Formats: sequence, C-alpha cells, structure tokens
Amino acid sequence: MLSKEARLSEQVFSEHIEKVPTRDGFGKGTVEAGKADERVIVLCADLSESTRAEWFEKEFPERFIEVGIGEQNMAGLGSGFAAAGKVPFIASYAAFNPGRNYEQIRTTIALNEANVKVCGMHAGVSVGPDGATHQMLEDIGLMRMLPNMIVVAPGDAEEARKAVIAAAAHEGPVYLRFGRSATPLFTSAQTPFVLGKALRLYESGTPQVALFSTGLLSYEALRAAKQLEEKGVGSVVLHVPTVKPLDTEAILAAAGKARAVVTVEEHQAAGGFGSAVAEFLAEHHPLPQYRVGVRDQFGQSGDPGELIRRYELDAGAIVRAALGLVKQ
Amino acid sequence: MSLTDVETRKLEARAEQIRETVIEMLVAAKSGHTAGPLGLADIFAAFYFHILRHDPKHPEWPERDRLILSNGHVVPVRYAAMAHAGYFPVEECRTLRAFGSRLQGHPERLRLPGLETTSGPLGEGLSQAAAAAYAFRMDGTKQRIFCVMGDGEQDEGMVWEAAMWAGKQKLPNLTAIIDRNNIQIDGVTEDVMPLESLKAKYEAFNWHVIEVNGNDIPAFIAAIEEADAIYEKPVAIIAHTIPGKGVPEIEFDFHWHGKPPSKEEGRRFLKELRSMKGRVPHEYA
Repeated sequence: MLSKEARLSEQVFSEHIEKVPTRDGFGKGTVEAGKADERVIVLCADLSESTRAEWFEKEFPERFIEVGIGEQNMAGLGSGFAAAGKVPFIASYAAFNPGRNYEQIRTTIALNEANVKVCGMHAGVSVGPDGATHQMLEDIGLMRMLPNMIVVAPGDAEEARKAVIAAAAHEGPVYLRFGRSATPLFTSAQTPFVLGKALRLYESGTPQVALFSTGLLSYEALRAAKQLEEKGVGSVVLHVPTVKPLDTEAILAAAGKARAVVTVEEHQAAGGFGSAVAEFLAEHHPLPQYRVGVRDQFGQSGDPGELIRRYELDAGAIVRAALGLVKQ
Repeated sequence: MSLTDVETRKLEARAEQIRETVIEMLVAAKSGHTAGPLGLADIFAAFYFHILRHDPKHPEWPERDRLILSNGHVVPVRYAAMAHAGYFPVEECRTLRAFGSRLQGHPERLRLPGLETTSGPLGEGLSQAAAAAYAFRMDGTKQRIFCVMGDGEQDEGMVWEAAMWAGKQKLPNLTAIIDRNNIQIDGVTEDVMPLESLKAKYEAFNWHVIEVNGNDIPAFIAAIEEADAIYEKPVAIIAHTIPGKGVPEIEFDFHWHGKPPSKEEGRRFLKELRSMKGRVPHEYA
C-alpha cells in the first residue's frame, strides 16, 4: 500500500505519469531560494542552459556568475563567495563538479565548512547518449566520505526543488545530485521534504524485504514493490534522498520488520548509498543485503531506459534481487 | 605616501622579530618550511604593521581587509606576524604543528580566528580572493583583498583559471602578491617548470603587474599603494625575495624550502639574525 504520509502523486502508477528532469527542480528551486534570500547566488561553468542555471540568471542577472569552463576555479570561487557572506550554488555536470574539482571541494569547502552548495548535474547512466565520460557514477561516494558534507539525491523534480530550498536555508556545505533525463514526478507539492529525513513510500501488511532507495530510482523501487506484492512478497519502500547524514532511525524502523534488504541507486554499487546502508546495518542490525547499482563498470551511450535495464537498475532487477534474498 | 625613516626602521625591526619567532617555532616544531617564511618576513611585517586595516582584538570585523594566504606551507610567517600584532600570545607560536595546537602545520581557518581560509594544497587562494573581491564589489563595500601566492604554485592550472576570471571581472580591489623566490621543493623554478616571463603572462590575462624587491619594505609598500591606484584591473605584485633571507648560510638554497633548523642550527641562525649579519658583535647579540 502506498504510504499516506508521503502524499504521492495521484498518477503514481499511471502510464501517463508526468515526467520532468530533476535539473528543472534545480532551476525552479534556485529562483525561489533567490527570492527568499538575496545572499543566494548561482555560479555556472559554461553549462547554464543544460544545468537550468539560466532560469536563475533570467530572474537575477546580477547574482548569476559565469565562470567559464573551469570547475576547479568555480569551487574556489564558491568558497570565497561564502566567506564574503554569499550563499553560492556552484553548478556543472557531476563528472566535473565534484569529479574534476574534488580536492578543491575537500579543502576549500568541506574542511573550511564553507556555506557552498555543490550541484552535480547529469549524474548516472540515465544521461544517455553522451556516454561514459559524462555519466557520473562515483559522486555520492566521493561526497559522502567528506566530513561536514551533506549529500542529497532527490527522487524527482518536485523534491529537487524542495531540496534546493532546504539546502539554501541550511548553513554549511551540501552536495546535491541531479539527473538529465525526464523522470516520473511521483511526489507532489504536499509531499514532505526535510534534510536528513527519509520518506516511507510504500508498505505491505507483512514486509519481508525492505527496499531502500535514493535518487531517481526510488520510482523503480516503488514499481518493484507493486510487482512483488502481486507475487505475494510484501515489502517496505523507504526513499532516502539524504544519503548523508543517513536517517538511521527510519532505516532501522523499516529494516526491523524485514528479513532482507535491497538498496537501489544509480551509482556504483561500491561506495555509494548502498554501502552507507550496509555500513550502518552491519554494525547495528545485520541483514542479508543486495545492492542494486552499477557493478564496477563504466556506462555507455544509449537511451536512458535502455541503459537502466542494461545495468540492471530497473524495477525488474530490483524484483529479481528481492526474490533471490527472500528465497534464501 | 612614503614612509619616514623612523617608520621604515620600525617595520624592519618588526620583520627581524618575525624572523626570530619563525626560527624559534620551527626549531620547536621539528618540522616545517624555513626558506619561504624567512623570505616573506618583510612583506608580512608590512602587511600586519602598516598596510592592512584590521583589528587583532576583533579578527572577524566585517570591514577588515582580507589577506588570503594561498601557499599555506609558509604559514609560520603569518602566525609570527599575527602573534606580534596581538592576535594571540607570542608564546603560543611554540605550539606550531603540535597535537591540539591552533597553529596547524598548514593553516585551518576554523581553528584560529584571523586566518581567513584553509590552505596548503596549492593554487586555491586566488579563486577565493577573487570571489571575495567580487562579492564586496557587489555589496559596494570597501575592503581590499590581498592574496599571497608562491612562485612554484604558479605551476597549478587552477591559478590561471582564477587569473583569467579575475582579469575578465576587472576587479580593482584585488591585489595578488607572488613570492618570487625562485625555489620550489625539487629545485629552482626555472628548472622544475619555467615560469618566465611571469609578468607577461599576467599582463596577457588582463592584470596590471608591478615588479618589486620584496625584501625592501618601503618599495613593497609603494607597490601596494600603486596597486590601490589602479582601477580598471586586478594587480599582481611580483615580489622578488631571497629565500632564507636574514640567515646568510641558507639564503638562496632550495634545500631549505621544506625543512626546519635543528636546535643547534636554530641557535646559530638566531645569532646571525641578532648580530645583523655580523655587524653587531656576538656578545651583544
């Protein structure tokens, strides 16, 4: 059963569910955050159209800063702007931000506790045709290892908008992850979003397996839960947009009822969200677990849907993983 | 406004005091960099005792000028200058690099008020300084932003990303100081990675460039005043300094880039400093 508290879209299981890229949520969210707080500024490294930074630029031209193709400089600029009292969002593709500028983020933002919001676009294989160079699959791992860094992977565009606003209001470094392709808008304006809080999307009467998911694939987890229910396997789906700090209370509560755990993310299975969950459960509540994620490979060109299936990140793969664990 | 002779002598005395503290703290720490801090003592004396608008008792005073240290490994000279300027007791300098000390091996903003930023990994200060300069221009406030960089640090690509951006933005309140001491860890800069013509490089990036003797305090202060008068561009001051300045036996020697004096060497170096290079008999030193 769908969770009532999540107030999900009424079209959640409809074929006609609206699809919007989460980067649009970045565009909308920064405009709203910019209206609420004049300290908010947006920096972009020559990708203002595809990151949707240009939405902010149109609204606040004097608070939009073009830095050219230089992500290392952009991270340092972000730190300097924060030191001077601004609330900078630095935006580029995740492969370069935080891929290219990891050490600048580490030293000038995380160690410095600078109030900078690092925004990585085009994360995951769902980038599609651009291929492996642009399909960032290691960013959650890089960012969640950094002390002082909050890591958020919103599930859809509406949640992305809320996450941006919440990040602007939070004092300190935040990493926000966004996708390129249009993906289902499964939450609604009424769906709660709080930094650091997970959200239960679905729960069967007697859950045998707990599905913990982050980012865009939470929708696939939701579809998987429905398919599992049809096969007589109960589950609980916990959407965990904030990968760090992990909502351990919600994870324990959801895991407590299940015999096994499947984690789901559009990221390397090593080092990402599934690893974070495994690290926590291993110490507090060990359970058999399978991490749905990319298994030590790079992506390739293709359609987003095709790639999600090829790398076994779709609802079908989640169902297979869950059945495999439940049968053990 | 040129300095009076008395003012110049007072600043030179401050620089010597800073050098003595640098040697004492490095001997106590048993690790750290010697050549750069000694070479920069005159510049830091000029900053903390003449150039900066700052308040050691209120290190977070919003209207203060910002001094961003990009080459964090020379931080002993900054700690020594800050201590003598009254930010914290001079005795605390001896805790450099020790467990629990606020004086980390490379500066950490959150541990010691007044540091402005965390640095050590090279090439990162100019971006931060340029952003602060841009932000203060947005806000219409008058702080000057200074960024001290090393010359070896110019090898870092990020420096040139920042130089390009600052040149594009024509930031008049930004002054970069490049410590041109010609040494880096592996040797002489022109052998490791040639930088010349450094002046032409910055000029090509739309900067105004001034070359000056960085161990000549009145000349350095005059360069800072000239920089203040340049309105249409950021300014780079290439400050030629002598690494190890003040201790003749180590001057110009790149081997002293990254090591501290032993106790015995420290005693000898202090004697050389205090005797004004032999001009004062040692019994008075």
